[in-house]
Amino acid sequence: MFDFLEGYDLLGAFWVTVKLTALSAVGSLIWGTVLAGMRVGPVPLMRGFGTAYVNIVRNIPLTVIIVFTSLGLFQTLGMDLGSEEFATINFRLSVLGLTAYTAAFVCEALRSGINTVPIGQAEAARAIGLSFNQVLRLIILPQAFRSVVAPLANVLIALTKNTTVAAAIGVAEAALLMKEMIENEAQLILISAVFAFGFICLTLPTGLILGWVSKKVAVKR
Amino acid sequence: MTSVLYDAPGPRAKRRNILYSIGFLAVFALVVWWLVTKLNEKNQLDWVKWKPFFTDSRPWETYIWPGLESTLTAAGYAMVIALPLGALFGIARLSDHLAVRIPSGTVVEFFRAIPVLILMIFANAAYSEFTNVSSDDRPLYAVVTGLVLYNASVLAEIVRAGIQSLPKGQTEAAYAIGLRKGQTMRAILLPQSVTAMLPAIVSQLVVIVKDTALGGAMLTFSELLASVRPMSAAYGANTIACFTIVAVIFVAINFTLTTFASWLEARLRRAKKSTGAVLPPAAVAGTAATGAGGGV
Repeated sequence: MFDFLEGYDLLGAFWVTVKLTALSAVGSLIWGTVLAGMRVGPVPLMRGFGTAYVNIVRNIPLTVIIVFTSLGLFQTLGMDLGSEEFATINFRLSVLGLTAYTAAFVCEALRSGINTVPIGQAEAARAIGLSFNQVLRLIILPQAFRSVVAPLANVLIALTKNTTVAAAIGVAEAALLMKEMIENEAQLILISAVFAFGFICLTLPTGLILGWVSKKVAVKR
Repeated sequence: MTSVLYDAPGPRAKRRNILYSIGFLAVFALVVWWLVTKLNEKNQLDWVKWKPFFTDSRPWETYIWPGLESTLTAAGYAMVIALPLGALFGIARLSDHLAVRIPSGTVVEFFRAIPVLILMIFANAAYSEFTNVSSDDRPLYAVVTGLVLYNASVLAEIVRAGIQSLPKGQTEAAYAIGLRKGQTMRAILLPQSVTAMLPAIVSQLVVIVKDTALGGAMLTFSELLASVRPMSAAYGANTIACFTIVAVIFVAINFTLTTFASWLEARLRRAKKSTGAVLPPAAVAGTAATGAGGGV
């Protein structure tokens, strides 16, 4: 029944999806945290930059960003991100695009987490003479991170699904393989079921595990 | 402008802030300068490449307006179909009957776990195999179908959260005056929850508008993003200029919607038209209100 799968590297395609997700998740977590730091910081210029970045990037379709990295950054401006192979370049470009886009959502999630930390915590920290950097690093962010595990899990799940957009610039991940298989084989329903199942296997456990973690680490107040 | 995270700046902090600003500006200027040199090297800043958009109405009439129209048409259809469907499934998930609750819950969770692009690719192939929709209409049908399946399930969660945010006393009072279950839902719960969910629904529109671009990139749907290629071919490889125009249009539409949603939320909070909590716009890829979700 599943012999149509032969000749296709199904696991390989999903492995690319996982790699895209993992690399962009790490990248967007770092860049998103920096952006959140800028948005709540005391320097007006950085606050303005953070706000502008989030509001602009969040409202551009991810597809536009990903296609732009290929047509604009690579083909027009010649940024090859240190590789000569097409497959590697496109992979790296989509990680770049996914990171730039997802960071805006990580930043917003973190900022809402910062708002859940009681004012007294920051006031007490300032009262014992900590600077803004110390307040943020030692008091606020550790508590904020613990309260935003659930929203960050949602961002991660959305990111996992969003990696399919990389198919638009020819990264050999799950959605592209599905399109190719549908064109070649006469098994529409089965092929779709296999890919749907694959994505359910990726997203549902992530949600369940991180949901459990978020209850575990949440600061009881 | 003071925040609880830092004091109102004194003389030293003011000096330090200026120093930080200068440092940040230097890095920012460096990046911009590098970008401008890069762009200049490839002649992307030449006025010839940007001129058509400012002095000529043809690129707008031939490429941008039709593209924008397709984008908004698909988003409009998707919203209009997904909203009642989502409401239906949201209410079904709250049903007292297991036979209604479990299947509708499964459907909603299933379509939320799958990327919307996968749904679109499937719909596209399904229309060509099982129906006789003409190949010209197929991309639009596929995009709308994918968007409806995904967004109806997200809207179902919003509706469910909206109804659940109402205090239990509302239902109890309705039963006490002798309303039946259907009447309670129709006359008491839904009207109040609509108020609560309005901001979240408006911000879901942003997700729908953004997702239409997938059809342009993968399914030959001639929407706004798809107009970049023919446009840059027609006006002399002005890729950067075309992308800038398209991005600005998307940002303008979506930023208006996002701002409207936040304004609506603040207004509804103050107006207290509902006994439930007003759901915040789910602009952050799936907030607590909508559960797992978000969108492209």
